[in-house]
Amino acid sequence: MNALAQIAAPDATAALVDSRFTVPGMRCAGCIGKIERGLASVPGVAAARVNFSAKRVAVRHDPAIDPYALIGALEQLGFEAQLAHDNPLAQDDKETRQLLRATAVAGFGMMNVMLLSVSVWSGAGGVTRDLFHWLSAIIALPVIAYAGRPFFSSALMALSHRRTNMDVPISIGVLLATGLSLYETVTGGEHAYFDGATMLLFFLLCGRALDAMMRGRTRAGIGALLGRMGRHASVIEADGTTRRVAAEELFPGMVMLVAAGEALAADGEVIDGHGAVDNAMLTGESEPEPVGPGRTVHAGSVNLTAPLTVRITATASDTVIAEIARLMDEAGQSRSRYVRIADRASRIYAPAVHTLALAAFVGWMIAGAGWYQSLVIAIAVLIITCPCALGLAVPAAQVTAASALLKQGVLVKDGSALERLAQVDMVLFDKTGTLTLGEPVPDLSALDATQKSVALALAAHSRHPLSVGLAKALRDAGVAPAPVERVSETAGHGLAGRLGGTEVALEKPEQAAHGVASQLRIGERTTLIAFRDRLREDAAEVVSSLKAQGIPASMMSGDRSGAVREVATTLGLFGRCGMQPQEKLAELERLKAAGHFPLMVGDGLNDGPALAAAHASIAPGTASDASQQAADAVFLGNRLAPVLAALRISRRTMRIVKQNFALAIGYNLLAVPLALAGLVTPLIAAVAMSTSSLIVVANSLRLARSGQ
Amino acid sequence: MTGLAFLIPIALLAGLGGLAAFFWAMRSGQFDDLDGAANRILIDEDEQ
Repeated sequence: MNALAQIAAPDATAALVDSRFTVPGMRCAGCIGKIERGLASVPGVAAARVNFSAKRVAVRHDPAIDPYALIGALEQLGFEAQLAHDNPLAQDDKETRQLLRATAVAGFGMMNVMLLSVSVWSGAGGVTRDLFHWLSAIIALPVIAYAGRPFFSSALMALSHRRTNMDVPISIGVLLATGLSLYETVTGGEHAYFDGATMLLFFLLCGRALDAMMRGRTRAGIGALLGRMGRHASVIEADGTTRRVAAEELFPGMVMLVAAGEALAADGEVIDGHGAVDNAMLTGESEPEPVGPGRTVHAGSVNLTAPLTVRITATASDTVIAEIARLMDEAGQSRSRYVRIADRASRIYAPAVHTLALAAFVGWMIAGAGWYQSLVIAIAVLIITCPCALGLAVPAAQVTAASALLKQGVLVKDGSALERLAQVDMVLFDKTGTLTLGEPVPDLSALDATQKSVALALAAHSRHPLSVGLAKALRDAGVAPAPVERVSETAGHGLAGRLGGTEVALEKPEQAAHGVASQLRIGERTTLIAFRDRLREDAAEVVSSLKAQGIPASMMSGDRSGAVREVATTLGLFGRCGMQPQEKLAELERLKAAGHFPLMVGDGLNDGPALAAAHASIAPGTASDASQQAADAVFLGNRLAPVLAALRISRRTMRIVKQNFALAIGYNLLAVPLALAGLVTPLIAAVAMSTSSLIVVANSLRLARSGQ
Repeated sequence: MTGLAFLIPIALLAGLGGLAAFFWAMRSGQFDDLDGAANRILIDEDEQ
C-alpha cells in the first residue's frame, strides 16, 4: 500500500522527531495524497502519515525544522493546521483497545465452547459429555478470567465504596454460573453453563466496545475543534536565553516572548512591547485590541503585529485547557432528565435484582425444587434482569447524536441541551454575527485594477482582520499583487510601502467614516474602502424552512432600525430593533411565561443573558466566550443550516430515547416472569439479555445516519 | 472418538490463530484509521 511517503534522508543518522498536527479540513482521498506528498517534499521531512479518521497528520522530521514551518507548509498546500497535543486521547484509546481485546478473547471462547455444547445438546453422553465439559472448562476459565476483568474490576470498585452498579449482578451471575458449571463438571453432572457465561461476556463487551468507540470519536472531534489555542511558549530565562516550553509546563511568574502571529499559551500581563492582539476567540470582536505595557492579555488570543514580552499570571491549566476538559466532560456525561431517571432506576434496580434472584432461590427451595435447580433459576433471573439495556438507553442515543451533530458542525454541550432543543417551538435570532457573518467584507467596486493589486500587496502583509478580509476578497476576485516594496506596519495606524517611486499606504481613514472602512492611498490619491457585513448565504432558506416546520422565527437586534429593516425584509421575518440586553431578557421571560419554548440564537456579549434565559440556545463559533458559555450548543462555519440540523437531530434523539426505554422495559416485563417461573436456562437468559442491550445500541446507531 | 482427538485440537488451534492474528493487527495499528484505509485505495500513485 502507499503507506508511507518516504524520501531518501541523506544523513539518516540524525535523530528524527515526531510532530502531530490537527488538520480539520481534509475530506477525501485527494487530500490525503496531497498532504503526504506535499509534506514529504519539504526538505528535512522524513515521512508524513495522515490519520484520516482522527483528521491528524504525523510528521517525522529533522529536529532542526520548526513545527510552525510545517504548519506554514500545510497552509501552502491549502489546509489550515494546528499543532496537536502529544497524544491527549491516549487514555481513551487504551480503554477502547483493552475492551476490543477482551471482546476478541470472549468471542474466541464463546465460539469454541458453543461448538462443544452443541454436541452435548445433540445427545453426546457418558464419557464424551464429561470430556467435552472438561474441555469447555479448560477453554472457558482463562477466557472468563481475562474477558471478565472490565466487569469484575468495576463491580469491586463499586462494592468497595459500598455501592452497587450494574456490573455487580453481571459479575455475580458470571461467577455463580462458572462455579456451578465447574461443580457439575467435576461431579460428572448433566449440565454445564460455560456457554452462557462466555456468551454473556461477549455480547456485553460488544456493547461496551461500541459505546467506547462512539465516545472516543466524539471526543477526538471536540479536541480537533478546540485545538486553536497556543500549545507552546518561548520562555525567557534569567540569563536572557529563550526556551520552548509546552503550555502545561508554564507557571505564573514566568516571562514569555510572543512572536507576531503566535497564539498566546497563557494569561498574562504585557511588560514590554506595543502591538495589537486579535481577541476574536474570546470576545468575538473582529477589531484588534491595541496592547502595551500593563495590559492584560489572554490565552487563545493571537498577537498580530510586534513581538510582546508577557509575564504569565495564569497558566493554561487554569484557563483554556481546563475549559476544554470541562466541555468534554459535559459532552460525555450529561445531567439530563432521562439520564437521571435511568440512573435512579439503575440504582434502585440493582438491589431489586439481587433481592429478586434471592427470592427466586428461596421460593424454589421451599417449593421443593432442590438446591441445584433453584440455583440455576436464580442465576437465570440474575442474568436476565440485569439493567444493561436500561443503562444504555439514554447515553447510547445521546453520544451518537452528539457525534452526528459534530459532523454537521454543531457542538452540543450536554444531553439536557438535546432534550431542550427537541422541545423548541419558536426561534429568536440576533442579527449581527448570527444572521449575518459578522465578518468584514470589503466593497471592491470603488477600486480600479491598479488600486486592487496595490491593496492586495499591502493587505497580504498584515494579520489585521480588515486586511485579512480584504486580501481574501481580492484573491478570490483573481487579483495579482503589485510589486510593492518595503512594506511596514504601524500598530493602530496601518500599512505603508513603496511602489516604484510612489508612496502607497493602506490605513485608517482620516475622517470618521460611516461604518467600518479603511483608506487606500497611492501617492496623493486616496480612496475609501467600505466594509459591509454580509448575510449568511443560507439564512433565507433556514428561516423559510423553519416556517414550513411550523416554528415561527423572529429577530431581536440591538442595531439601528434601518439595518434591521433591511435584513427583516430580505429574510421575510419579523424584527425588533434597538433592543437592550434587559429588553431581550424580558421578552424571553414573557414568551416562557406564555408557555412557549423559545430557542435563542445569538453571539454578542449583549445576548449573554438572553442565551442563558431562553429554553434552549445556540451560539455561532465566532461568538464571544461568554456567549458560548451561556449557550447550549455552538455551531461552526459560515452557514446557518447547522441550527436546523440541531433541531432535527435533537427531535430524532428524543424519539429514539423513548423507544429505547420502551424496549428495555418491555423486555424486562416479558422476560422476568418467565425466568422466575423457571422456564429459562442461564444460556437463554444470557442470549436474551445481551440481545436486548444490542438492540438498544443498534437502535441508537440509527442516529448516526442523520448526520450525513 | 479418534476423529475428535484430531478435530478438536485443530478447531482450537484455528481459533487461537485467528485470535493471534487479531491481536497482531491491533498492535500494528491496522485499526487506527479505518476511514483513511477506505480512502487510500483511491489515491493514484502514478500521478506526480
